[in-house]
Amino acid sequence: MTDLTDLTLAEAREGLAKKSFSARELTQAHLDAVAKARALNAYVLETPEKALAMADASDARLAKGEAGPLEGLPIGVKDLFCTEGVRSTACSRILDDFTPRYESTVTANLWRAGAVMLGKINCDEFAMGSSNETSAFGPVVSPWRRAGSDAALVPGGSSGGSAAAVSARLALAATATDTGGSIRQPAAFTGTVGIKPTYGRCSRWGIVAFASSLDQAGPITKSVEDAAMMLQAMAGPDAKDTTCADMPVPDYRAAVSRGVRGLRIGIPKEYRVEGMPAEIEALWQQGQDWLRAAGAEMVEISLPHTKYALPAYYIVAPAEASSNLARYDGVRYGLRVPGRDITDMYEMTRAEGFGREVKRRVMIGTYVLSAGYYDAYYLRAQKIRTLIKRDFEEAYAAGVDAILTPATPSAAFGIGEKGSGDPVEMYLNDIFTVTVNMAGLPGISVPAGFDAQGLPLGLQLIGRAFDEETLFATGRVIEEAAGRVTYPQPWWG
Amino acid sequence: MNAPVDPKKLIKGATGDWEVVVGMEIHAQVTSQAKLFSGASTGFGAAPNSHVSLVDAAMPGMLPVINLECVRQAVRTGLGLKAQINLRSIFDRKNYFYPDLPQGYQISQYKHPIVGEGEVVVDMLDGPSFTVGIERLHLEQDAGKSIHDLHPTMSYVDLNRSGVALMEIVSKPDMRSSEEAKAYVTKLRTILRYLGTCDGDMEKGSLRADVNVSVRRPGEPLGTRCEIKNVNSIRFIGQAIEYEARRQIGILEDGGRIDQETRLFDPGKGETRSMRSKEEAHDYRYFPDPDLLPLELEQGFVDDLATRLPELPDEKKARFVADYGLSPYDAGVLVADREQADYFEAVAKGRDGKAAANWVINELFGRLNKEGLDIAASPVSAEQLGEIVDLIADGTISGKIAKDVFEIAWSEGGSPRRIVEERGMKQVTDTGAIEAAVDAVIAANPDKVEQAKAKPSLAGWFVGQVMKTTGGKANPQAVNALVKQKLGVE
Repeated sequence: MTDLTDLTLAEAREGLAKKSFSARELTQAHLDAVAKARALNAYVLETPEKALAMADASDARLAKGEAGPLEGLPIGVKDLFCTEGVRSTACSRILDDFTPRYESTVTANLWRAGAVMLGKINCDEFAMGSSNETSAFGPVVSPWRRAGSDAALVPGGSSGGSAAAVSARLALAATATDTGGSIRQPAAFTGTVGIKPTYGRCSRWGIVAFASSLDQAGPITKSVEDAAMMLQAMAGPDAKDTTCADMPVPDYRAAVSRGVRGLRIGIPKEYRVEGMPAEIEALWQQGQDWLRAAGAEMVEISLPHTKYALPAYYIVAPAEASSNLARYDGVRYGLRVPGRDITDMYEMTRAEGFGREVKRRVMIGTYVLSAGYYDAYYLRAQKIRTLIKRDFEEAYAAGVDAILTPATPSAAFGIGEKGSGDPVEMYLNDIFTVTVNMAGLPGISVPAGFDAQGLPLGLQLIGRAFDEETLFATGRVIEEAAGRVTYPQPWWG
Repeated sequence: MNAPVDPKKLIKGATGDWEVVVGMEIHAQVTSQAKLFSGASTGFGAAPNSHVSLVDAAMPGMLPVINLECVRQAVRTGLGLKAQINLRSIFDRKNYFYPDLPQGYQISQYKHPIVGEGEVVVDMLDGPSFTVGIERLHLEQDAGKSIHDLHPTMSYVDLNRSGVALMEIVSKPDMRSSEEAKAYVTKLRTILRYLGTCDGDMEKGSLRADVNVSVRRPGEPLGTRCEIKNVNSIRFIGQAIEYEARRQIGILEDGGRIDQETRLFDPGKGETRSMRSKEEAHDYRYFPDPDLLPLELEQGFVDDLATRLPELPDEKKARFVADYGLSPYDAGVLVADREQADYFEAVAKGRDGKAAANWVINELFGRLNKEGLDIAASPVSAEQLGEIVDLIADGTISGKIAKDVFEIAWSEGGSPRRIVEERGMKQVTDTGAIEAAVDAVIAANPDKVEQAKAKPSLAGWFVGQVMKTTGGKANPQAVNALVKQKLGVE
């Protein structure tokens, strides 16, 4: 028997159905792997007892033939999701040991489908970061290393823990969230699949908010099919979230094998950015060739407002964040640092509770919303957002079914290597992904190759609103052509 | 605003006359079971922090969901104010830190309120009615309550009110005296109560006013205003305006300048004091709440609410004048309260409207006032009072006896008709019996008869005596006629 942690979600499900192993065995194998991989710092809280109890319950349901679609499959949960009775911190000191009395809609959906929770996973503080270095629990170390080097690399961010956990086989899949690329960029850095569904596809209820108009939950998995299975369970209407679409979720898994014959794939010329490494350019070309070979047609398109997306994003997202994070004030829950008076208490608590990057964004957001600056910043950024949305609408109206771009401008970088001097250096990581959040569209990152040093690279597919199916079908073609990723052998313990 | 200045409303200063200009922002708590964005109860008087949902406490990841009943109430209120209903409105966040504001922002409506311009016609008891323009009405969340006097060094926070729906009703600066301002709030409260959209209970904080006051020389442009925050009684509104106008006039007449600022009214001292200046004003960083979609209403939704709107005080007043022949003054008194108006109508139905109004306003309201009772707590029901009016109308009792019957009904209860029968209070209309009584009085007072012949006005003394001997039950008109006839005076 192969190592149970090497299985995909789909394979594990088959194994459970065939009774090749039990949910408890599958869960235990992952718990053991997690315990040995603490050097990666992927988990911020392991919940082995809960995991085994859930696995036992799954085994009972499997035995009775009442298995849910994800029955007995162990997954990790990004610490941005509130989990009932399990500490939820958004990887910020300000939440301290906050333990919610409620379960986020998305995780509740997963548990209803039978999934098993292994623990809470590291991420950037309040999901603000592109390298998982802003976490109050310290950075996540990628299981990947450059050929011939043992320098620690970042797994990307903000869902860096989720990506590292999946590629290090510490979970069959993991939940993640994406506000400007936080699912797709770490997926690209770790040879995993990550999909950010259409805004409104997953409920945001119970997920710690970063930027409400951009945040979406999605999965990070080992394969496109696994991503379809996970999203199927996570998505769906929720009356508790007004922005959640009241639409049925299609059969994603059925869409995976649909193929791309006859599809028109847009290639946006604005994504050919200056200074883009040749290997990224080559990868993008390769992706086009694969899709063409599978029967799709490549169409050059223009998304003229692309270049404004990143600056506009770094106005809209911090603006919303500055307001969303106002509730962390030391009054009702989480950290409280005493002060001389109420204002002093606020200031002491927030100064100690928030990390540098969060403070930076709260300050940017407060600034762009303040009287006299609102029109120049926030209002203009919203106008740009409308134009970006229209760029996509026009491309789709012209008959394009999906858009192919690189997922990131480079492969993973070293811990401490970027952004310490100039935060914009770090923000540039999101250059291919933020447009998708600004437009509210679905985007998937699929592993498509490696750079010269053996680090994974991803391609991104952007779909029409609520057409995740085409992304699964197209993503599957790229995945098949690129071949299954061989994840790093555990050097971490 | 260009209406001629009424000299009676002007305030005399040391250097000439001044006109006070008042505008108001009324915060009216929406009558609803649940809060604006959560399912928690709005019940008053519960134990601290017992009506608090996860949303109200701003727990991580919680999201607001609009309560449609509050939207309906806001639209109904807008319709009652004859205002523009905006089919698309937007909720914004007003950001500031305070312990009783768990989210760190209040969800309100800033640039796109649910209700636009409207108007309120206000009747003055001693003058013509006037119109106050409504600028807008928007929905917003109330904050919780900070309690500072229960602990020597700490403050307590009660979040029961946190998230309760308020309507902020903003008037134009259309009032020119404290009397007008008080009359406006009174009228607005009447309309809200008719609509059932706010109970108007100022003691419980269901209705609070921010009062904007400025002064100017008649005919000149508006002066700099000061905003007096959170005044919670109509009497205090009047006092605050009087004080504030005098204060501003004093400064201006001394050659000073009014600073735009926010002030507080101290009811104990009857004065306003500075709370914060314009420079210290918060920058609320309003922006559209990304957790909520724009609120889109169908015209049909609004039309449906409009058709089911109750009759409002102005229409009711006009109807009372037209249908019952009441004076506009009496009609105005009756419609000031919906229950009073309903009571009157129950009495007046099928009876003489004027008589009914008379009894309701003079006897009943007078008595209720004296006892400090609400119409709902009246010991005399509309049915009972109607019976009294009937007994007078059919001549069974005189108006004087009727007051005694009312008194008995008030203190002992029971059907007035039965009270009259059982206690023998019926009016004597039998001329024979009255004649005998008149004869007896005349026979017993020959000297007075002589005097009366010389001075006919003394006939009244005989009438009084006859009424006394008949226990007030004799028909006064009949007694009067017989006395005059027998005395031979006209």
